[in-house]
Amino acid sequence: MAAPKKGRQGTQGRPGRTLALILIAIVALTGGMFASGHTTPRLGIDLAGGTSITLQAKNEPGQKNAINKTNMDTAVDIMNRRVNGLGVSEAEVQTQGDSNIIVNIPKGTNSEQAREQVGTTAKLYFRPVLVTEVSGADAATPSPSASGSSSASPSASAEESEKATSSSSPSASATSQGRAVTDALKADPTPSASGGSSSADASASPSASASTDPATAKLQAQYTALDCSKKTVRAKAGDGVKAGDPTVACGQNSQGQWQKYILGPAEVEGTDVDKASAVFDTQGAAGWKVTMDFTGKGGKKFASITGKLAQNQSPQNQFAIVLDGEVVSDPYVSQALTGGTAEISGSFDQQEAQDLANMLSYGALPLTFTEASVTTVTAALGGEQLEAGLIAGAIGLALVIIYLVLYYRGLSLIAIASLLVSAVMTYVIMALLGPTIGFALNLPAVCGAIVAIGITADSFIVFFERIRDEIREGRSMRPAVERAWPRARRTILVSDFVSFLAAAVLFVVTVGKVQGFAFTLGLTTLLDVVVVFFFTKPLMTILARRKFFAEGHSWSGLDPKRLGVQPPLRRTRRASAPVDTKEA
Amino acid sequence: MSKLGTLGARLHRGEIGYDFVGKRKIWYGVSILITITAILGLAVRGLNMGIEFQGGAVFTTERTSISVSQAETYAEEASGHDAIVQKLGNGGLRIQVAGVDTSKSDQIKQQLAKDLKVDSEKIAADLVGPSWGDQVANKAWQGLAIFMVLVVIYLAIAFEWRMAAAALVALIHDITITVGVYALVGFEVTPGTVIGLLTILGYSLYDTVVVFDSLKEQTKDITKQTRYTYSEIADRSINGTLVRSINTTVVALLPVAGLLFIGGGVLGAGMLNDISLSLFVGLAAGAYSSIFIATPLVADLKEREPQIKALRKRVLAKRAAAAAKGESLETPVVERSYEDDEPDDEATPAVVGPRAQRAQPSSRGRGRGRPSGKRR
Repeated sequence: MAAPKKGRQGTQGRPGRTLALILIAIVALTGGMFASGHTTPRLGIDLAGGTSITLQAKNEPGQKNAINKTNMDTAVDIMNRRVNGLGVSEAEVQTQGDSNIIVNIPKGTNSEQAREQVGTTAKLYFRPVLVTEVSGADAATPSPSASGSSSASPSASAEESEKATSSSSPSASATSQGRAVTDALKADPTPSASGGSSSADASASPSASASTDPATAKLQAQYTALDCSKKTVRAKAGDGVKAGDPTVACGQNSQGQWQKYILGPAEVEGTDVDKASAVFDTQGAAGWKVTMDFTGKGGKKFASITGKLAQNQSPQNQFAIVLDGEVVSDPYVSQALTGGTAEISGSFDQQEAQDLANMLSYGALPLTFTEASVTTVTAALGGEQLEAGLIAGAIGLALVIIYLVLYYRGLSLIAIASLLVSAVMTYVIMALLGPTIGFALNLPAVCGAIVAIGITADSFIVFFERIRDEIREGRSMRPAVERAWPRARRTILVSDFVSFLAAAVLFVVTVGKVQGFAFTLGLTTLLDVVVVFFFTKPLMTILARRKFFAEGHSWSGLDPKRLGVQPPLRRTRRASAPVDTKEA
Repeated sequence: MSKLGTLGARLHRGEIGYDFVGKRKIWYGVSILITITAILGLAVRGLNMGIEFQGGAVFTTERTSISVSQAETYAEEASGHDAIVQKLGNGGLRIQVAGVDTSKSDQIKQQLAKDLKVDSEKIAADLVGPSWGDQVANKAWQGLAIFMVLVVIYLAIAFEWRMAAAALVALIHDITITVGVYALVGFEVTPGTVIGLLTILGYSLYDTVVVFDSLKEQTKDITKQTRYTYSEIADRSINGTLVRSINTTVVALLPVAGLLFIGGGVLGAGMLNDISLSLFVGLAAGAYSSIFIATPLVADLKEREPQIKALRKRVLAKRAAAAAKGESLETPVVERSYEDDEPDDEATPAVVGPRAQRAQPSSRGRGRGRPSGKRR
């Protein structure tokens, strides 16, 4: 422990300076809190109201060691996409322990829907694209009157999409769509873009041929009505469609426009992907790309679908990578891709390439999730619990202060000031930890803070009792404080260390509510050390010079008479003291 | 304060004190008895595991006029399982249904909302799958085990292995007692209880460590003197830190009492209550064990060490010699302070020890009077 040395230099030499330092630190922290705009600690679900879902990961049968950090992080990414795609504001997804994911959904959102989304396994499919177009105007809001003429708007946007495709595809870097090419085939962008003349025909033909089938007609109607620029519509698109059926879906192109699709039956499933990763192409000019390795079966399926697609005109030479009903990428194919590997290149930056690789991997993620617990707290109950916690804290603090005043009198002023400093620091740090590390104050954490009052107060008790012991030995106030401190310091450090060890172990090992509790306990224990070293001790040193304390005023709590100092008898008494206990 | 203050002073000087180490056998016996009771209680009655550990649902409603028995009927109809309903301090109801899975409990919630005529959005629900509780409990046990290993290593380094062993025994003792109380009284065990229990770990040791620290300090040069045996010094350290131990326990219990009062009295049930209840029981056990069990145990272990054994012999021999000589040099001093303190001592219950203790050293001393006499 390095702290003691530091403490000695800092506190024995210039108590005033140490005091000033810590006060400046507090003011700075408080200023930081106000500057950051987070003046209250972020509240957990159980105090603010909302729903908290704990998902437990399980290995898929036959897969061992699938629960690892990479897989869990990917899963968190995917879930984040899912809940935040629902229009849920500030839903928060994080791992907890080594096999749990916590999803916190604040009040005021449809928690049922969120739970459905989160609870089901993510589905990744490769589907052939039948029709696609930009959905909804880019900047303009889609007014009902504009989309009212159903015949006009699709064709118009079909042109738009055609224009986009033809204009962009010659220059590979500018295209919104990635390209799937084999390792052997480097870059041959033009052929796919060339047949853009009759996109209206292309998009019309599937719908025309299918119009005899009522299911397809329904699909066409869905497609026409689909407005991908609306979040809620998007989330529902293609809900409940089986992998073997065609569907409608939405996706965002690299210009940030929403595009809608009619997609054919899934040809390849996410589980057919063995591995996907983002790599930087050092040879070509393509920059970041995503490579995929398929499983043996998947490779064959992929070869057959790409073989078919490569013969088609745009956009039907594209396949869509659909994750949870949303198109995450729609590369086009220029050649049958055999060999069990493929890469998707395009104008990815690193982040995009990694995101896509993660999503592709997720389909192959050998994890299933089960709902371990779901807690829904109404806003009223949350408020009530918060209030109860605060009242309990206030009562606890008041009782401790009363006890300290009764027992330590004048000394209790130092204890109370230290407790207040400790409380202010705890509050400010909690408020600051909200935005920085996502700390949320929950009920167990409040309990931890209340229990910590005792631990903090105990440090003062240790110190004060030591001082009193020294005074009983007949020392005067100032030497008593200086002699008591090193001994009290060791005791405080040793016992705080044990307490902190408990908190740290609990924080690392445990899950759920226990963790929140352990965090506060650990934090307050650390703060206790800081406060005792840099506030209580220097304050004590300074006050020991005051007449009130130095002369042992009867209200100072250090009155030698009350402490039972009888100097003339000291010697003999001390010498015989233990014998007294034996033979008195 | 004055009473407590002077008590502290006299404890410090060793004028009064309780013979913790000398009477250790009694307290060991008491502890063993309590521990056996606790284990028996655990074996016979088992723990009343809450919904969180067996899987099920807890619904909390806002203030409602529906009676407990009526709500119970509704809940049982809706779920097909037994339901436990409690009235909360704020007029709401807390309905627990065990053994339902998370998807079914949604339906129950809807049904309940209809029956109780409240908006389903206004019912707070805690739905727990059966494996979650196991996970929480397993992790807690795991944490406990890791913590114990680490803390024993730490104490063995910072103090010595005997103290580490004694602290561990005291810790296990506290946890057993707390768990036993839960089994015997039938309090419900929830994650809150587990939190409380785990906090006791830190706290119980915290208290023990302070006594050990003082013991270590006082026994630093123990083999260089022949006045006191190790046990006597151990006794002194306990008595010396007694005021602090009492203060610490009081100061720790006060906030917990606040929690318990608010958690139990105002909210009726829930996490605050659960945490504070187990803390309350555990803190009390912790304060007891660090004084009555941990330190005497260290003394016991220490007295087996050859050096300390030799010291004990020397000390007793010296005393015996003094006794044999009749009124030795020391005696006048002792007598004087004895007279000084007599009225006070009579009044203080804590002084029962010394008198009973008196017979022990003198009788031992007599037995060993001869060899020491030879030495002289």
